[in-house]
Amino acid sequence: MAGPLMVLDALEQDALTELVNIGVSRAAASLRKMVGRQVLLSVPAVELVSRKVATALIGERESDELIAVCQDFIGAISGRALLIFPLSNSMELVRAVLGEHDSGDVADMEHEALAEIGNVILNGCLATMANLLRESLNISLPQVRRGNGMHLFQIIGEPSDEGLVLFLYINFSLHDRDVRGYIAMLMDLASLESLKLLIGEFIARVMHDDPEANPGAFGPEPFGPGAFGNE
Amino acid sequence: MPACILIVDDSKLARIVAGRKIQALQPDWERVEAANAEEAMAMLAQRRIDVVVLDYNMPGRNGLELAADIRALHPDMPIAVITANVQDEVVARARSVNATFVTKPVTEEALSGFVAGAALRLSQN
Repeated sequence: MAGPLMVLDALEQDALTELVNIGVSRAAASLRKMVGRQVLLSVPAVELVSRKVATALIGERESDELIAVCQDFIGAISGRALLIFPLSNSMELVRAVLGEHDSGDVADMEHEALAEIGNVILNGCLATMANLLRESLNISLPQVRRGNGMHLFQIIGEPSDEGLVLFLYINFSLHDRDVRGYIAMLMDLASLESLKLLIGEFIARVMHDDPEANPGAFGPEPFGPGAFGNE
Repeated sequence: MPACILIVDDSKLARIVAGRKIQALQPDWERVEAANAEEAMAMLAQRRIDVVVLDYNMPGRNGLELAADIRALHPDMPIAVITANVQDEVVARARSVNATFVTKPVTEEALSGFVAGAALRLSQN
């Protein structure tokens, strides 16, 4: 886990990491259904950094051209969720989802397939977190962007913006396929106060085993009503 | 002698929550904790442990690798792997080391079957 965040205490940061972990794990199980093979995940990292540092953290890891699927979320907590991987991996990922079509079909479908993969992962992750926090989020439609590290500035926000964001990321890869990438989430500092409050309530609920807690989150169907903004 | 259960999770909150559910189900059981696979193995070498619950996604060795290591040393120990990662391979690997699969976020109800089964097995030994 990352170093202590000033705004969240150790237990709150722990709870946030756990929320992201549960969200991403469930989203990975959905992606597994689409690609027919195991999706491997790392342990989430959570850091409080400036947008500039967040951009550098993504950019410095990859020299290749990148492709990103982005979805914005707005509610008690607001920010942007991103699924990022090297452009050279994208066709392989699309092929994993579509099966072995000829390359012409795959190229035509690339953009749409990536948007849908992003939608499944990011929406799944955000919806699970929203349900656990008992707070519905409005989630925008997925946007697919590509570019090198410089273009990522636009995805992350103004690089000159020294304002802090909560930056979470998790590596993922597909078993037996040359596909790897990561899921990143940026939360506005403005929503940190409400996030802190929601996490505090979440901790209180799980500590006291409220049977009414998170009815949508504990059932077999992780996505309760109201969790999706764009259904 | 009351049974001792080892709770392994890198999240302190998850350990607290699992500990409380287990306490509600088996108030007499002693509960000990470890934050990763290494600590868990050290704990197992140090003292008597009867039951283990493990998180899957942990830094270092994951819960399934740890479960396999523990199974090799303790063929009959009740082991549960707790995760929200319900991928077929994860569930299958848990089964292959004869570990019970429990979904996260963990509830008393979800743990009760495993804990009751473990208590029964311990009472027979």
